[in-house]
Amino acid sequence: MLEKALNGGKLYWTWIGFLLAVFGVGFLFYLQQWNVGLGITGMSRDVSWGFYISQFTFLVGIAASGVMVVLPFYLHDYKAFGRITILGEFLAIPAVIMCVTFIVVDLGQPYRAMNVIFHPSPSSILFYDTIVLNGYLLLNLLVGWTCLHAEKKSIAPPKWVKPFIILSIIWAPSIHTVTAFIYAGIPGKHFWLTAVMAARFLASAFASGPALLLILALIVRKFSKFDPGSEAIQTLGKIVTYCMILNVFLLGLELFTAFYSGIPGHMHAWEYLYAGIDGKGVLVPLMWLSAILAAVSISMLVFPQVRKNETLLAIACVCVFFSLWIDKGFGLVVGGFVPNSFEQVTEYWPTLAEFSIAMGVWALGFLILTVLYKVAVSIKEESGGEAIH
Amino acid sequence: MKIERREFLKLAGLSAIFGLGGTAIASSVQQTPSYIPDPKELTGKRWALVINMDKFKTDADVKRVIDVCHTKHNVPNIPNPKQEVKWIFTEMMENVFPEQQDKYLTEHYKHMPFLTLCNHCANPPCVRVCPTQATFKRKSDGIVMMDMHRCIGCRFCMAGCPYGARSLNWIDPRPYLDPKKINPEFPTRMKGVVEKCTLCYELIAVGKIPACAEASNGAIVFGDLEDPKSEVRKVLAETYTIRRKPELGTRPSVYYVIGGMKDAGKGA
Amino acid sequence: MYNGGKIILGLIVFIGLMAAPFIFGLGKGNAKPNPSIDTPAIKAMEKKQCVEAKAVMKTEHMKMLNDWRDSVVRDGKRLYVATDGKKYDMSLQNTCMKCHSNKAQFCDKCHIYVGAKPYCWDCHIAPKEGA
Repeated sequence: MLEKALNGGKLYWTWIGFLLAVFGVGFLFYLQQWNVGLGITGMSRDVSWGFYISQFTFLVGIAASGVMVVLPFYLHDYKAFGRITILGEFLAIPAVIMCVTFIVVDLGQPYRAMNVIFHPSPSSILFYDTIVLNGYLLLNLLVGWTCLHAEKKSIAPPKWVKPFIILSIIWAPSIHTVTAFIYAGIPGKHFWLTAVMAARFLASAFASGPALLLILALIVRKFSKFDPGSEAIQTLGKIVTYCMILNVFLLGLELFTAFYSGIPGHMHAWEYLYAGIDGKGVLVPLMWLSAILAAVSISMLVFPQVRKNETLLAIACVCVFFSLWIDKGFGLVVGGFVPNSFEQVTEYWPTLAEFSIAMGVWALGFLILTVLYKVAVSIKEESGGEAIH
Repeated sequence: MKIERREFLKLAGLSAIFGLGGTAIASSVQQTPSYIPDPKELTGKRWALVINMDKFKTDADVKRVIDVCHTKHNVPNIPNPKQEVKWIFTEMMENVFPEQQDKYLTEHYKHMPFLTLCNHCANPPCVRVCPTQATFKRKSDGIVMMDMHRCIGCRFCMAGCPYGARSLNWIDPRPYLDPKKINPEFPTRMKGVVEKCTLCYELIAVGKIPACAEASNGAIVFGDLEDPKSEVRKVLAETYTIRRKPELGTRPSVYYVIGGMKDAGKGA
Repeated sequence: MYNGGKIILGLIVFIGLMAAPFIFGLGKGNAKPNPSIDTPAIKAMEKKQCVEAKAVMKTEHMKMLNDWRDSVVRDGKRLYVATDGKKYDMSLQNTCMKCHSNKAQFCDKCHIYVGAKPYCWDCHIAPKEGA
C-alpha cells in the first residue's frame, strides 16, 4: 500500500521537499550537538529540561488523542467516526515516533539509550514510559495497517484485530497518565507536585489532539476526493470545546490552590510565568498569548453557529492548538524549574540550534504523517471511505 | 630387590592415582579470582556529615574545602554559570534554607554563605527516578553513587533532586581542567553524563575520610549515623541541627549546626 | 533485458565501490600488531607477570575491566584476588596503566589494528607519554 505515497502532484512533492529540507537542517544541527554536546542548547544546570522534553510531553497528548475517534466508533457504534478512525490512528503513529525521537535527541549519551532496556528500573517512571510508548506505537501500526488493508479490499477487518483495538483504547490514556507521572511525583518541584497533573494532561490532550485532527480532516477534504464527513468534523469540534473548557477549568483549580493557600513555593512558578520575578520574565508574553488564545477559542467554540461555520471552526482549533502548545510546551516544563531549588531565577530560551533540531523532528513527524495520510486517503478515495465494523 | 609382577603393577597403579590426585589437589590450591573489600576501608551503615559554618574563620577556609574536593576529583572550572559543574559550593543561607527566609532573621546568618552539596539522602528521589540505575544507593554504606559508565544523560535525576546538587556535563569538561592540578589517580567525566559529590567513596575505601571534612579543620564532621559512638552522633546529641527541606521525606544525611555563634570567626 | 545499460552500469559501479578498499590495499602488507611492554615499571619487575596470564588478558581484558568497574563502583569492593592469590587494586588508571604506562605503544597498537575505539580515555586519564 505504501506505493500510493509515490503518486502525487506538484503540491504534494513540493511539500515533501520542504519537509525534507527542514529535516536536513535539523539533522545538521544535531550533528553539531553530537560533537559539542547539549551545551549548544539553551538548557542549564538550573533548567535542565527544555524544548525537547516539552515537545515530547505535548506530543504524547496528540498521540493519545487518536482514542477520541476510535472509542466512540468501536465501543459505541458512532458510525460518523468510521470514516476517520484511520486518520486518528495515522496521527498517533508519527506523534509517538516524534515523542521517542525527542527523547533520544535530548539524551546526553544517546549511544547508551538501550541501557534502559538492559537495566530495567521499575521504580523509574521513564521505564514505564518506554514500555507504554513503544507498545502504543506497535498497536497503532498493527491496527491501522490491518484495517486499512481490509478497507482496500472492501471487506471487514479480521476478527483478531478487535481485541487489539480495545487494548489500544485502554492503552491510550495510560501513555498520558504515565507521562504525567514523570512530573507529578517529583518532591522537589512544587509546580508539578499536583494530583490534577494527569487530569490536566488528559484534558489538554483531548483538546489539542482532536483540534489538530479536525484541521487535518479539513485539509484532506480540500486536497483530495475523500470527504471525512461534516458530522465527524462537527463532533470533533464539540469534543474540542468541552475538553478545552475542562482544561481551562483545571488550570483555574491550580491557580486557586496556589494563590488562596498563599504558600510561596506553590505561587512562585505561576508568578514567574505570568508576571516575571525580579524583572526576569522572558516567558511572560508567551504565557499571556496562550491565555488570550484560550479565551478567544472558547468564546468562539461555545456557539454552535460558530462551530457550524467551518472556517471559524478551523480558526478556533488553530487557537486551541497553539494555546495548548505554549502552555504544555513552555509553561509546564520550564515553569517547574523556575525558580530553582535555591529560589533563584535562571531563565531559559531555546537556542537556534535547539529550535532547528526540534523543527527537524517535527518535519520528520509531518513527513511520516503525510505519507501515511496519502496512503489512507488514496485507498479511501477508491473504496468509498466507509470503514466496515 | 626382586619384585613380583603383581606387586609391581599394584605399586604402579597406586602411584598413578596419588600422582594424578596430587596434581588435582595442587591445582585446586589455585583460586578462582574474587573481589574483596580493602581491609583498610572505613565501614559504616549510613555515612553523614555535620557542617558547622560558624567554625569557618574566613572565606579562604571555605574556599579551601571546595578547592580540595574539586581538584581531587578533576571537577572542571566552566566559566558559563549556566553550564557550570560543581560538587560542593556555597549559597546564602536564605537560599539554602528558603523556607527559613525571614526579614527579621539574625544578620549573622542572613547573609552567611553556607556550604551545600549532595545530601546522600536515605530516601533519595534521584535514585527513584533514574531509568538505568546509573545513580543508586549503595547498600553497604548508604552513599548515593554515580555509575558514569551507565548514565545516559537523561537528567531525570537533576529534575528529581530537590537540592540542586547535580550537574550535567553540557560540553566536554577536559579543556576546563587546570593541567597543573589534574589528579591522575581519579578519572574525569565526559560530556553528556551527570555528576555530583560521591562522598569520596574512593578515599573511604582505603580508610580515609572525605576530603572536605579533612580540609575543614573540624568544621565538617564525618561519621556513621548508625553508630551511636560516632563523632557525628556526638555532635548531633549536643547541638541543635537542621537539614535541608526535611518535609519532603528525603531524609538527608547532611546536618547543619545552627546557633554556634559563640564559635563564630571573623568574616564568616 | 529492459534497462540493460543502466543495470550493467550500476553493477559496475557497485562492484567497483565494494572492491575499492581491497584493490587499494593490494601489496600493502599489514603487519601483526606488536604491543611493547618496554616500560620502566615492567623493566623493574623481577618476574614479569600481569594480573592474570597473558593469554587470558589478551582475550578477557575488556570483560575483566567491566567486572572490576561493577565491583568497585557498585559493590564497594576494591581488591582483586587473582588466580595466583596476589592482590591488586582494581583500577585502570592506578593499576593497569602504572605498569603499561606506554599507551600508544601498547594499548593502541592492537586497538588500531582491529579498529576498536574504546572510549575509556574520554574519562580515564591516560598516563603521560614518555613517562
